[in-house]
Amino acid sequence: MSDPSVCWEEIVQAGAAWSHVLKRGTALRIFDLEGNANVGAVFYNFECPSERYNMPDTLKAQHIARLTKGFVLYSDMGRILCSITDDTTGWHDPIGGCSNAALVTEKYGESRYQDCRNDYHKNARDSFLMELGKWGLSPRDLVPNVNFFSRIDVGADGGMTYRAGNSEPGSFVELRAEMNVLTVVNTCQHPLDPNPNYEPKAVKLSIRRVAAPASDDACRLSRPENERGFTLTERYFL
Amino acid sequence: MTATGLVESKLDPRDATYSAVIPAGEPWMHEIRQGQYFRIVDLHGNQAVDTLFYNARDVSDRYSAQDTIRAQRNIYLTTGTRLMSTNGTVLLTIVADTCGRHDTLGGACANESNMVRYSLDKRHMHACRNSFLRAVIESGDMDKRDITSNINFFMNVPVTPEGKLTFEDGISEPGKYVEMRAETDVLALISNCPQLNNPCNAYNPTPVQVLIWNGQPN
Repeated sequence: MSDPSVCWEEIVQAGAAWSHVLKRGTALRIFDLEGNANVGAVFYNFECPSERYNMPDTLKAQHIARLTKGFVLYSDMGRILCSITDDTTGWHDPIGGCSNAALVTEKYGESRYQDCRNDYHKNARDSFLMELGKWGLSPRDLVPNVNFFSRIDVGADGGMTYRAGNSEPGSFVELRAEMNVLTVVNTCQHPLDPNPNYEPKAVKLSIRRVAAPASDDACRLSRPENERGFTLTERYFL
Repeated sequence: MTATGLVESKLDPRDATYSAVIPAGEPWMHEIRQGQYFRIVDLHGNQAVDTLFYNARDVSDRYSAQDTIRAQRNIYLTTGTRLMSTNGTVLLTIVADTCGRHDTLGGACANESNMVRYSLDKRHMHACRNSFLRAVIESGDMDKRDITSNINFFMNVPVTPEGKLTFEDGISEPGKYVEMRAETDVLALISNCPQLNNPCNAYNPTPVQVLIWNGQPN
């Protein structure tokens, strides 16, 4: 590894789950290796996990229904869990949710470990729950998730459409941890992905040390709401 | 605005087995049994009724905003919408709606989100998540973890093609209502929103009425 700021890199296999306490002062880069990956993710304050990613607070503070560079992920306590400090796709989905066992079986057919070994069909909800369980968390702790690399368009009538080809091979998004953030991800397909085949994609993770957000940080200054969000987050550590 | 779900109910308020008025700023928690009909009336117009539902037999199986909008592939709730739980249970079905559109992306106001959205000195102002917290704590076996992304009945929160979330003027009026049939035994939790910072309710939070019927008339 030539870049000394990189702590380590790791592959999350297709359909697999991963979790880690992303420390304040580090950032997570997620690389879509082949294109059309989907990374479902939820975030918690590791010190007090009842403080967790809040979809509506994230959307309404920034008046958005998509995520990209310059936006931040809010907890329910007015604090910023992660900032999106870099992004090559321009759109990540915060509203489409996660697949579950019934949806995956209906869409792709039955595929169990006994017959398929580690290629058996995983679904996002069970992946989240198993990974949360490793940290002592339960279904009551699972909240609406983000889907990195996926895009859902909303029409004037409210209709939701999956936009194919949103993420190209080599696309990446960077999340800077503004707290010590329990980060739980899986690479299951987006629940609205019309692909009839079970074809989740692997992604590469790169965790690196980064500087604390400066007074002129782009995420901090992107909106007055986010300036206040950073103030509340920084006060938490005083 | 398209409002395709406008359907009136045949139920007569005089036949309701339960009726209550929830003042603005107060929580309301009540069990609705399978087969019962549940109506919320916007008595004075454009009042946000922040609402959560739980499977009454297992509160960890609860209303899921994302599963609900994904299942119907539409972000607006109206007649025909099946309100889905996290485990894939249909909790209730909207069977009548004279407003035409309800939001489930905007969430509930909180002291902390008000500080972010409006000003750091807004912490003291009463907010929906305080009402939710009071109700779940008083219930004895629930806590903050049980408060998840809610429905905002009577609120109009469109998404633009560019991915912007907008808070539009209300489309509700005095007397508009939404009515649901419980498909399983559910626990309903309402915070009648006390938000004073958002023009959506003309800065004037007002009471709403809730009614329950045991079934449809013959």
